[in-house]
Amino acid sequence: MSSTRRDFLIKSAQAAALAVTGGLVWAYLLKQQANAAAYAIRPPGARMADDFNARCIKCGQCVRACPFDTLRLAHSAETIPIGTPYFVPRDIPCYMCEDIPCMNACPTGALDPGLEDIADARMGQAVIDIENCLSWQGLRCEICHRECPLTDKAITVEHHPRRISRHAMFVPLVHSDACTGCGICEKACPTEVAAIRVVQPELVRGRIGEHYRLGWKNAAGITEDFDAGRAKAGSPAAPTGLDYLNEGEP
Amino acid sequence: MNDTHPPRLGPNGRPVRHFVMPRSLGGRLRVWRHIIYRRVVQVGLLVLFFGTAQWGWNVFGRPLLQGNLSASEVLGAIPMADPFAVLQISLTGVVLNPEVWLGAAIILGVYGLAGGRTWCAWVCPINMVADGAAWLRRRLGVADIFHVSRNLRYSVLVLSLVLSVLMGVAAFEWISPIAILHRELLYGIGMGWVVVLGILLFDLLVLRNGWCGHLCPLGAFYALVGRVALVRVAFDTPSCTHCGDCARVCPEPQVLNLRRASEVGMIASGECTNCGRCITVCPEDTLAFGLRPRIDVPAGGTNQQVHHRRVT
Repeated sequence: MSSTRRDFLIKSAQAAALAVTGGLVWAYLLKQQANAAAYAIRPPGARMADDFNARCIKCGQCVRACPFDTLRLAHSAETIPIGTPYFVPRDIPCYMCEDIPCMNACPTGALDPGLEDIADARMGQAVIDIENCLSWQGLRCEICHRECPLTDKAITVEHHPRRISRHAMFVPLVHSDACTGCGICEKACPTEVAAIRVVQPELVRGRIGEHYRLGWKNAAGITEDFDAGRAKAGSPAAPTGLDYLNEGEP
Repeated sequence: MNDTHPPRLGPNGRPVRHFVMPRSLGGRLRVWRHIIYRRVVQVGLLVLFFGTAQWGWNVFGRPLLQGNLSASEVLGAIPMADPFAVLQISLTGVVLNPEVWLGAAIILGVYGLAGGRTWCAWVCPINMVADGAAWLRRRLGVADIFHVSRNLRYSVLVLSLVLSVLMGVAAFEWISPIAILHRELLYGIGMGWVVVLGILLFDLLVLRNGWCGHLCPLGAFYALVGRVALVRVAFDTPSCTHCGDCARVCPEPQVLNLRRASEVGMIASGECTNCGRCITVCPEDTLAFGLRPRIDVPAGGTNQQVHHRRVT
């Protein structure tokens, strides 16, 4: 009796150990792949990485629906989660179809059908390597600015004056509030390796934080819109951030 | 039921004859007919998917068979989806839309009618690799080196569901060699051939019927579907001499429990893949495809019994 119980306990322990070891290796593979999602430029409407990873059933219907052959499914052993759709803007960018056929082909909603205007897509974010950008060196290029489907919104050109007898610099700047990450700029960039590239925003973007007070921006809200005649009792809404001067550190 | 094997007489009192491969080509094609049908279905589906993906096959502008075995759409109208994949995705906590649930229900219905693991023998592309490995293993006479329970696949099935909950991604879909091979046949070969080679070597040299018969959680899933599926291999008890030829060609020989088959008049186990090998090698024509409700239950067994066993 005790020997069969012992056998049973040992067998159970062996099965549990096998399941746990197998499960850990399996979980590790999944985690490695999920982490790689940060390097994928996804089709328009793609949800945030975790949600997209959960939903995508890897069927490739978006790939088939794309009229420009932009999209690919990641092979095994690529640095992108296996079987998920992505594109390489330098090869074929997203040409931002107004009817968004890839999104409409998605059966699982990994590409969110709530995207109505392709200009609201956030496939990635263009960033400029100003050390290798021709315009930032002083040449007249600005090809990205002219090619951008949302030109003067997603990419603007600023004039930077230079020393006397030389013409001003015309430098492109990307604005994240309008950039869709379509990658047409990256495709068009004439440098040997593109100096403007689309990446996932979380890889490059910072965040100011709540406690900084940009006084000159707050000033507009407090003073210019302030109408003394119609003001209610009490002071206007306090500006955001911390008031170190009057209140000290919290 | 007499289970002892007299030297020359079967339990039905008739002499035991064994299967002999016919010499004529026509006879051989008859023996191989289910393998031929299966390859036609397997390759035909691949070609339909491939033609739609790569050559834009369509009918009046509607893509013929868009997608792949994970999820697809026929003529831009009828959705289909892998029910096991949909189950895993749902366990990650996301709420899928009705279209993909409908697709999963359609496929579940198809295999509920066609026999559960009919998927494995008739559709799954890995089946061709596994069959190739099994054939080579027989030819080379590779001996078994260890024994692993075929129920391991149900543990892998449970593990894939648990990991889907814990890791937030469809655990099996992210490593599935079936999906890797199938996708890369449709969208270009990457490292997919490594998967093919891996399964070939594993099945050939490590464990007989290793992947499909012991590990694959999708096969385990469809084995559960097969417990209630309509198309089964019917078993005609009086003609069987227990010669054992069926079990020798069967990739899942544990399903050919002849005592059980005599009771219920069919191969009831969901693990049967409906591949039809046993049907064509049986020298007594004991076995044939049949529909569950129409299968004659021999004396001593009733449909009540079948139903009862199904539930437990």
